[in-house]
Amino acid sequence: MSGKHKTPMLDELEKGPWPSFITEIKKATKIGPMADDELGQLEKSFRTKRGYWKHGGIVGVLGYGGGVIGRYSSLPEEFPNVAHFHTVRLNQPSGFFYTAEALKMICDIWDKYGSGLTNMHGSTGDLVLLGTTTENLEPLFAEYSSRGWDLGGSGSAMRTPSCCVGMARCEWACIDSMAICNDLTQHFQDELHRPAYPYKFKIKVSGCACDCVAAIARADCSIIGTWKGNIQIDQAEVKNYADGGMDIQAEIIDMCPTDCMSYDGKQMKINDVQCNRCMHCIAKMTKALRPGKEKGASILIGSKAPIVVGSLLSWVIVPFIKAEPPFEELTELIDKIIEWWDDNAKPRERIGELIEVKGMRPFLEAIGVPPQPQQVREPRKDPFFFWSESDFKN
Amino acid sequence: MALPQRQTDIGPPHFEQFLPPVIKSNYGKWKYHEVITPGTMKHVAEGGDELYTVRVASPRILSTETIRDICDMAEKYCDGYLRFTTRNNVEFLVSDKSKMDPLVAELKQKKYSVGGIGPRVSNIIHTQGWVHCHSACTDASGIVKAIMDELHDYFTTKELPNKVRLAVACCVNMCGAVHCSDIAVVAVHRKVPTIDDENVGKMCEIPTTVSSCPTSAIRPNPKNKTITINEEKCMYCGNCFTVCPPIEIHNPENDGVAIVVGGKISSLRTDPKFSKLAIPFFFNEPPRWPKVVDAIKNILNVYAENAKKHERVGEWIERVGWEEFFKLTGIEFTFQHIDDFTFMRDTLRTSAAFKY
Repeated sequence: MSGKHKTPMLDELEKGPWPSFITEIKKATKIGPMADDELGQLEKSFRTKRGYWKHGGIVGVLGYGGGVIGRYSSLPEEFPNVAHFHTVRLNQPSGFFYTAEALKMICDIWDKYGSGLTNMHGSTGDLVLLGTTTENLEPLFAEYSSRGWDLGGSGSAMRTPSCCVGMARCEWACIDSMAICNDLTQHFQDELHRPAYPYKFKIKVSGCACDCVAAIARADCSIIGTWKGNIQIDQAEVKNYADGGMDIQAEIIDMCPTDCMSYDGKQMKINDVQCNRCMHCIAKMTKALRPGKEKGASILIGSKAPIVVGSLLSWVIVPFIKAEPPFEELTELIDKIIEWWDDNAKPRERIGELIEVKGMRPFLEAIGVPPQPQQVREPRKDPFFFWSESDFKN
Repeated sequence: MALPQRQTDIGPPHFEQFLPPVIKSNYGKWKYHEVITPGTMKHVAEGGDELYTVRVASPRILSTETIRDICDMAEKYCDGYLRFTTRNNVEFLVSDKSKMDPLVAELKQKKYSVGGIGPRVSNIIHTQGWVHCHSACTDASGIVKAIMDELHDYFTTKELPNKVRLAVACCVNMCGAVHCSDIAVVAVHRKVPTIDDENVGKMCEIPTTVSSCPTSAIRPNPKNKTITINEEKCMYCGNCFTVCPPIEIHNPENDGVAIVVGGKISSLRTDPKFSKLAIPFFFNEPPRWPKVVDAIKNILNVYAENAKKHERVGEWIERVGWEEFFKLTGIEFTFQHIDDFTFMRDTLRTSAAFKY
């Protein structure tokens, strides 16, 4: 397959054992002329060490304000087939599960209306279709939506929630992360498709503290499965691990962050009052140890990447909340969280940054959550603290 | 040809229709799993049902042709059931054990990279780069390909003390999870942006542009309907460029990438951690960024030789100390390593106990 552009630098990236994205773009040249100009422009970027895409423009489908990111080449005369090269975000199913039939349907429509290139998946979780023109947006939306596939979020809106594989294939899932993700996505359809927030708002749901979807680092609202009560121990399986060569003292007992475990060669004991439920022992001895039986979620708030004043990891707000269908308690809490942020934030201010500006107390009071030691690593160190009239009444 | 009737606000299709029968009947009832090989694992349900997963790498950018090929394999070996992982791998969900080995054999024969499960390098989370982003100051997919060609054995076979999560972000917006990865590459600028005064006046909202600056380096210049930048305060984040394109942050001869290390997401053993600066700068060297690849290999090798079993990169560094990390890796410590922004108070040493 040789296109009209010579790509000696990109061709270098077809060598080597790892799957090549250049080979993928070359394959898409069979679909239409877009991929070849994408290659030409990319080769130029490699040669001159800079990109040639303009800022995203406002394009979309009727009635929606998001889901499509306008993308235009800054060199439309040199690369006319990527003069428009818009991104379409299709909302992925929870857990990124597909059937071949569904994926082939998505491919067939995309070949008809777009470049034949995708991202499986985008950073937020959407199935990303890379490269189409403004006039193809309405037809492709009609084709996809009539078959049950909707657009994801973009701009200052609820962004497409995403989640780990959860109960579908993981013994550690303390909450039904896929159902929570699906139901919250449905609950926020209007907010997802019609950007009306101060800035983006991301929700991610992980079934346990392993946090496979990086909720604690990449979501304004992080929902992470946890439990109360004792870790369930199968002593026979503990013995099997020991017999199988695991150094239980070094690998499990000595690595426990709270020093709450012991093993005398016969019995494993856990002082569950001291356990902070970090998941290390359970993840390493999955046949022998299981989370306790009272399951729920921890809610953490505020994580984001460095722009503008530094990265944030999410902060614990609600240590434990029941998360059983239809997830009413959870949904009500998130509604209150977003309402406070929406009422108070400046444009382009994420909720974590707003809490830094306003303080944790007004936020917690607004959402009706009491102060608890689980919310802090340690209490404040300085002697400067506020009192309000309500404190004097008690 | 008439188009079908569009629907709005229907949300994603419900996941249940994509689950294989063995998952539907054992949803929430899995008992344990075993990693069989670096690319295969077995999940066993309370009642004894088994599910076999085969994982292969993807370059994240996939053509419809490759997706169809993956679908054909799923139809041939696992009734069409597959999923993607949060790290852009493909997983074939095999209910019939006898079909697992033939699937793996065909995948290998077709040059798919089978692996990524367990204590090794999984796929690199990355951003769009020059392929599709206006803000990119390096190419993400190109660096990823160059790194993973070199680390391929760590995906398919070799073991490490624990998982090593890699990420590449093509600017400090960090659409990838660079800020909490074991080893990551982030593209950075090093020069104050240039201002196209005429277009700033035409295209930008001055108050928004001024308030976009985290260090208050931008002041309005009402006389000329533009802005000025205090060069001593600017730390080249590019946020002004995001809200006002005529403030050009790109500078191909001075842009490049930094390497950060020691971040983690999970709460296992130790708290989640941010990645910290290891190497402040490499020039962009497309197509294969050889110095970046060598630096990552060096850090990975030193980690593999020195960390205890189950220690992540950040846990190992915290145990031995950052002064030891710089000594063991031979990485030079520079002024850029000393935080002078929001994390300064947390990061300066306040103890008389340290190592040489």
